[in-house]
Amino acid sequence: MAAAGEPFLRIENVSKFFGSFQAVKDVSLDVAKGEIFSLLGGSGCGKTTLLRMLAGFEEPSSGKIFLDGRDMTGVPPWSRPVHMMFQSYALFPHMSVEKNIGYGLKHEAMSSQQKADRVREMLELVQLVPYATRKPHQISGGQRQRVALARALARQPKLLLLDEPLAALDKKLRERTQFELMSIQHRTGVTFIVVTHDQEEAMTLSDRIAVMDKGEVRQIGKPGEVYEFPNSRFVADFIGSITSFPVTVVERVSKQLRLSVPALGGDVLARDVPGLVEGQEATLAIRPEKLHISKERPEGANAFQGTVKDLAYFGKDSLYRVVLPSGALVQAHAVNASRGGEATRAADWDDRVWISFDPSSAIVLTE
Amino acid sequence: MGGKRLSGWFDRRGWSDVLIAAPYIWLLLFFLLPFLIVVGMSVATKTSTAPPFSFGGDYPLINLQGYVRAVSDTLYFRSFITSLVSAGIATVFCLLIGYPMALALTRVSKSWRNILLMLVILPFWTSFLLRVYAWMGLMGKSSWFNVGITKIWNALVPAGWAVDFMPMMHSNFAVVLVMVYTYLPFMILPLYASLERLDPTLDEAALDLGSRPWQVFLDVTLPQSIPGIVAGGMLVFIPAAGELVIPTLVGDAASPMIGRVISDQFSSARDWPMASSIAVVLLVLMVVPAMIYGHFQAKAEGSK
Repeated sequence: MAAAGEPFLRIENVSKFFGSFQAVKDVSLDVAKGEIFSLLGGSGCGKTTLLRMLAGFEEPSSGKIFLDGRDMTGVPPWSRPVHMMFQSYALFPHMSVEKNIGYGLKHEAMSSQQKADRVREMLELVQLVPYATRKPHQISGGQRQRVALARALARQPKLLLLDEPLAALDKKLRERTQFELMSIQHRTGVTFIVVTHDQEEAMTLSDRIAVMDKGEVRQIGKPGEVYEFPNSRFVADFIGSITSFPVTVVERVSKQLRLSVPALGGDVLARDVPGLVEGQEATLAIRPEKLHISKERPEGANAFQGTVKDLAYFGKDSLYRVVLPSGALVQAHAVNASRGGEATRAADWDDRVWISFDPSSAIVLTE
Repeated sequence: MGGKRLSGWFDRRGWSDVLIAAPYIWLLLFFLLPFLIVVGMSVATKTSTAPPFSFGGDYPLINLQGYVRAVSDTLYFRSFITSLVSAGIATVFCLLIGYPMALALTRVSKSWRNILLMLVILPFWTSFLLRVYAWMGLMGKSSWFNVGITKIWNALVPAGWAVDFMPMMHSNFAVVLVMVYTYLPFMILPLYASLERLDPTLDEAALDLGSRPWQVFLDVTLPQSIPGIVAGGMLVFIPAAGELVIPTLVGDAASPMIGRVISDQFSSARDWPMASSIAVVLLVLMVVPAMIYGHFQAKAEGSK
């Protein structure tokens, strides 16, 4: 056990070069024991390289990785208490499900009875007991994913690395597997590091998320923090969608900022951001679901008139694209709460509508 | 599109049936028919006419004398053993030399891979006979190769074992050496084909689960390359067992390989029924194990 306050996994100023290309740039982060921590980013953001350095397949060019207080520098993959669930699952095609799960136990000082018990326990954990003697090509994709998970957990690793764990599954199975992964994590208590490009996957699975871009960590936080309080346009845009406008700070009034927004044709009140000064330029970002759309002028500030240019009906909600007099386009989501179909929706094509938002919903970004 | 129109044309004219039938027709004309002729000859009786065999009439319709001699005469039995053992040793050495080379081919960069693959195939661009003659020159008493090996041998062994030269030519050693050299590409290419298909993330998965690189090789790479080993082994063993030219040129005439015996029976002894009987026995010896393997392979594939 790590001493109290000491992080379980510490990544300290880690960089990785491939030739002159820097895949990971000076990344530092701490992960606590038992956490599900996600590395989220697009392809080429360095998340996979970072994961491979944790597994020991790559050595950092500089910086250090500590696991449970132990420096991992120079420790080969076969000596690390770290196991990986590969994106392709990488099951051994010539071995049965139980042989696959038991493969890592080969190297453990256990009696064959203990090993068999452990494999059985793992089969029960992932509910694959009836499939023990099948070969990987004789079971479904979702079952293969569970074999890969059981195989990686069989040796009781300190750290489990999951590379795009749900990417190969279809949508329905993905939702179920997400909850299964979380429940298995709670039961085993193993620390999970998840690499994913899918923001929804990261949001639902993780205790905390590190958003990565071009080899750098842009923001680390709980899913809610990263979503509601992004620290940059990149993060705001990557997680969920936003509509953003350039703004100038006009003044500070009672813990709120008054911003001049030329694209909206008026001033906007927003929650105060410390450090901003009058006259400074910034970006205003609003999430579509935080925008209200109505035909009557709503009460309060931050209301602007426009015309519905486009609308898309998704069933549970609708997306409206509203053109403002300045020509700017705003996206607004509205939940279809009543079951009236087209007759009851908030607006129709070419309707004159009001869009409005609460000052606390406005995100002001300087980066 | 063009491709679709073309295939439609093929279908309408029944051309696709012709394409499927072509290899079978080829096998029928150039394998099965000649083989039946050889089987026919093997049960005939030797005569001094031309052709030098006959059946029916004054002679028995089926004369199994050739088969009886082929399995009972120690000369033939020894030749079979010499052939199978030499071919077996050559196959094992081709595997031991070829496997690391094939594995290396899968691990180098793409540009290096093409160069090295070409080097593997390059010997085929010169005449096979020329290469055997080159080896005869190398193995001769006074060649630099023989002189060099003799020096190394004399330096390593006690004085009493010292020799003037290595007696390499006209021995089964020479036959195996030249066969290994000749057939090595036939081992490397199928091995490379099967190793190249393997997923490198499986190696990483095994490393990640605690196996050292040599254990990964034994647990993951080797079992998955068995089809390649068998294919390469058959491509080397079958022609090596029936090899005629190499034992004739560099082999020991006192313990001939079976290919040379068949050839001698056909030409100098003019005993075609005897030669055909040996040829049929050799074919059965080669084909039956291959068919057994094929059967189990098909079963394994079927369960996939």
